[in-house]
Amino acid sequence: MSEPKKKNEFLYFAMRNGKLKVGAVIVFIFVLIAIFGPKFARYPLNEFVAGGPNPPSADFYMGTTAYGQDVYAQFVYGLGTTFIVGIIGGGLATLLGMLVGFVGGYKGGWVDEVLNIITNIILVIPTFALLLIMVAYLKLRGVLIESIFIGLTSWPWAARAIRAQTFSLANREFVDLAKLSGMKTMKILFREIAPNMMSYLFMTFILQFGGAILTAATLDFIGLGPTQGVSLGLMMNWATNGSALLLGYWWWFVPPGIAITAVVGALYIMNVGLDEVFNPKLREM
Amino acid sequence: MSLNIENLTVYYQTLKGEVHALEDASFSLTDGEIMGLAGESGCGKTTLGTSLILLNGRMRYIRGTVLLDGQELPIWDNRGMDEFRFKQVSLIPQYAMSAMNPTRRIGKMVHELIEARHEDYNEIMPELKRRLDLVELPQEVLKLYPIELSGGMKQRMVMVLSTLLNPSLLIADEITSALDVSTQKAVVEMLAEFRDRKFVKSMIVITHDISILSQVADSIMVMYAGQLSEKAPTETIIRHARHPYTKLLISSLPKVGIKYSEEILHGIPGKPPLLLDPPIGCRFRDRCPVAYEKCTQVPPFLELDKDHFVACWKEFEEHA
Amino acid sequence: MRRYFLRKILIYLLTFFVAVTIDWMIPRFMPGDPVMNMLSKAGSMHAEAQEVMYGYLTSSFGLDLPVWQQYVNFWKALFHGDLGISILQFPKPVIDVIKSALPYDLLLLIPSILLSYYAGNKFGAYAARSKRMDNTLLPIGYILTATPYMWLGILLGWVFAIILNIFPISGAYSYALKPALSWTFIKSVLEHWFLPFMSLFIVQFGGWAIGMRNMIIYELEADYAHYLEALGAPRKLIRRYAYNNAQLPQLSGLALKLGVIVAGAMSTEIVFSYPGIGYLILMAIQNSDYYLLQGCFLFIIIGVLLANFIIDIVFVLVDPRTRLGMQGGAS
Repeated sequence: MSEPKKKNEFLYFAMRNGKLKVGAVIVFIFVLIAIFGPKFARYPLNEFVAGGPNPPSADFYMGTTAYGQDVYAQFVYGLGTTFIVGIIGGGLATLLGMLVGFVGGYKGGWVDEVLNIITNIILVIPTFALLLIMVAYLKLRGVLIESIFIGLTSWPWAARAIRAQTFSLANREFVDLAKLSGMKTMKILFREIAPNMMSYLFMTFILQFGGAILTAATLDFIGLGPTQGVSLGLMMNWATNGSALLLGYWWWFVPPGIAITAVVGALYIMNVGLDEVFNPKLREM
Repeated sequence: MSLNIENLTVYYQTLKGEVHALEDASFSLTDGEIMGLAGESGCGKTTLGTSLILLNGRMRYIRGTVLLDGQELPIWDNRGMDEFRFKQVSLIPQYAMSAMNPTRRIGKMVHELIEARHEDYNEIMPELKRRLDLVELPQEVLKLYPIELSGGMKQRMVMVLSTLLNPSLLIADEITSALDVSTQKAVVEMLAEFRDRKFVKSMIVITHDISILSQVADSIMVMYAGQLSEKAPTETIIRHARHPYTKLLISSLPKVGIKYSEEILHGIPGKPPLLLDPPIGCRFRDRCPVAYEKCTQVPPFLELDKDHFVACWKEFEEHA
Repeated sequence: MRRYFLRKILIYLLTFFVAVTIDWMIPRFMPGDPVMNMLSKAGSMHAEAQEVMYGYLTSSFGLDLPVWQQYVNFWKALFHGDLGISILQFPKPVIDVIKSALPYDLLLLIPSILLSYYAGNKFGAYAARSKRMDNTLLPIGYILTATPYMWLGILLGWVFAIILNIFPISGAYSYALKPALSWTFIKSVLEHWFLPFMSLFIVQFGGWAIGMRNMIIYELEADYAHYLEALGAPRKLIRRYAYNNAQLPQLSGLALKLGVIVAGAMSTEIVFSYPGIGYLILMAIQNSDYYLLQGCFLFIIIGVLLANFIIDIVFVLVDPRTRLGMQGGAS
């Protein structure tokens, strides 16, 4: 089958795949909220605009916190933070995973062995324990630092999966041909091997994206998140610290959780959909 | 007649429509016959072979009857076929190297399978051991896991297992492709031995390697694009083929060692037709050197000489 | 098999070594005087403690010694179980503080991991059998695995403790009780344990169910499954084989997920003020108790390494390929 025909086929299955469509629509809606939501905020972020807690009303779309801050403003800005962490953290993890996986799977030998040991070491150290110790000594932490830390600690499983794929591709005919024609290793990796596992890399990124969001939310909640700004995890942290649970201020702690669950869940479902699109064995006939 | 097939037609369901992979196949096997089934890849030989035991998810039974020892096989009914599988019809799959559950000891797996088919394992045990001896496998293999066996050993183990309940019909699908030449020869000889010892009554050996067939097969059937072209005793096919496709197929083989390519035949101009929307009439007619207007009708599969079946209008004419 | 274990143990020792080195390195290579850094952040400490701490910290960091000497001393102290003194519960040694929190972590983690693994796998295998079950399970399962542990904890706490008032919302047992081996006490412990346990159980359950459902579908497409089908084996037997084989990737999944599960347990403890290590971490951060943080870090690492090792042993029991020293294995 020729190349353009194949692409059309994927597109055809992608358009027909319910899981992929539902997941993509949900993620898209939340992206729109994160981009355009702040334009509709009536109150500045984290300012004490009301005397105390208020349930949702026409004035405060999503109510106010126990301290009188606008929940809507926190929510839309926090959502933006969530996507930034996902893109930077998940993107960095995917890139590192690609680098280690490609080189290990393609080169083999002792290079592979050393990379494998490093991968395994970072794989067993729980990300968050590592962050715990790093974060404890940083006085000021921003979203960027948090995302980079997450990216630096969550690449191993991606590296492993990509290594296995590369390994099987590295012994194919077209790669041998490229080797014989004297192409440089890096060029072979990115010209010949990477394009052949594009779908796989994309799915890895989606999973890393979702994972980074969840990790960030957990860190923020434990109190290891950014010291400035706002995120959905921080909102939950503030809500618990502000006894929102005991006092029944549900509008404060329910929305951030719903947003995280919806975005991450939608990403996972998209991933299943993509798997079905790219893997004919799983297609429902 | 141990196997009698009439008008068997099986299509593949795809998103673009039905692929006419097997159209109106009618032929029979006598008791003790080993028939080689040959043709280019995509000609429907595997479809024909596997449809007799298990229609996979995309295969659709369209019409036709399959009689085995006078009994009709309900091949359209997956559950109904269960009773016949293993006992009446059995399979040595293409994937013999990975056919056994990797996490079960072989003996345990055989035991569980036999019990699940309501047979007595202890009763069968002595026979199983005899057959392991016959194929020169130590009895210890029953205590091993599949990965502990070499490729050739796995192949022999699967052969023993598939024929353990003395099926009437055995389908061997490309069994030799994963093995080296000397092992291939041994395996093929074992198949003949199994037939001689009446472990199986008749056999369909699907392969793209005619040299293998010439060693063991009593007859060879050639398929093209989902239709039967010719069936005759092995010698006749090789020396006196009558269907133009068979002739081209045989003549395109290198003289030493009779093997033909899985790929498109180079000696014949054109390509096999797409079976999604097959041409009417004889499907070989676009590439056939002797085609004429009559060929727009499907030629019947007629017995021109004793045991020599051909589907070609030109041949019928000359014969008449 | 020996090679398999030797390799694993080597990796774990290396991991432990790296972790301890990071633990040692970070305060020393941060800008500024680490002792002053620590003390300036620990504002809420009373004067007497601050003085003692300053002396203690300076001598224990031993900043006047050569770097390698500091490093060796750090390891020596570690092997004597000396993790420093807690600021939060001054002057209790960190190791004692952690020891009293540890049982609560085990109480949450072990049952939730084992039960969710078992139930999730069973349920996923069951769901893979019918289209209708599958269509309902799949979205629910994905929503569950996407739920942050602490948020589910918050929801459960809000509904069952605040609105319905069936379960207590905080602590490990009623404040009115003293620990004793009595029915009232045990009942109180169980009541306080239930909601945090459920939050951990439910999220993990979703993950296992989905994982098993996907793995079984792959396994049923495997060659051995088709061969058995061709030999007329009943669906029950094929499903049983597929289920058993699907356990292997699930088990290596468990090894990979341990870190996330532990993090989930920590955050759940915070929601319910459940006095395990997670809750200690929160307290330590809020009070700038760095020795305690370092100690918690080491305990988590050791715990995860041990759990990994246990999974490796189980793997050898269930997968002949690892046992025979071929490929395969958890991590």
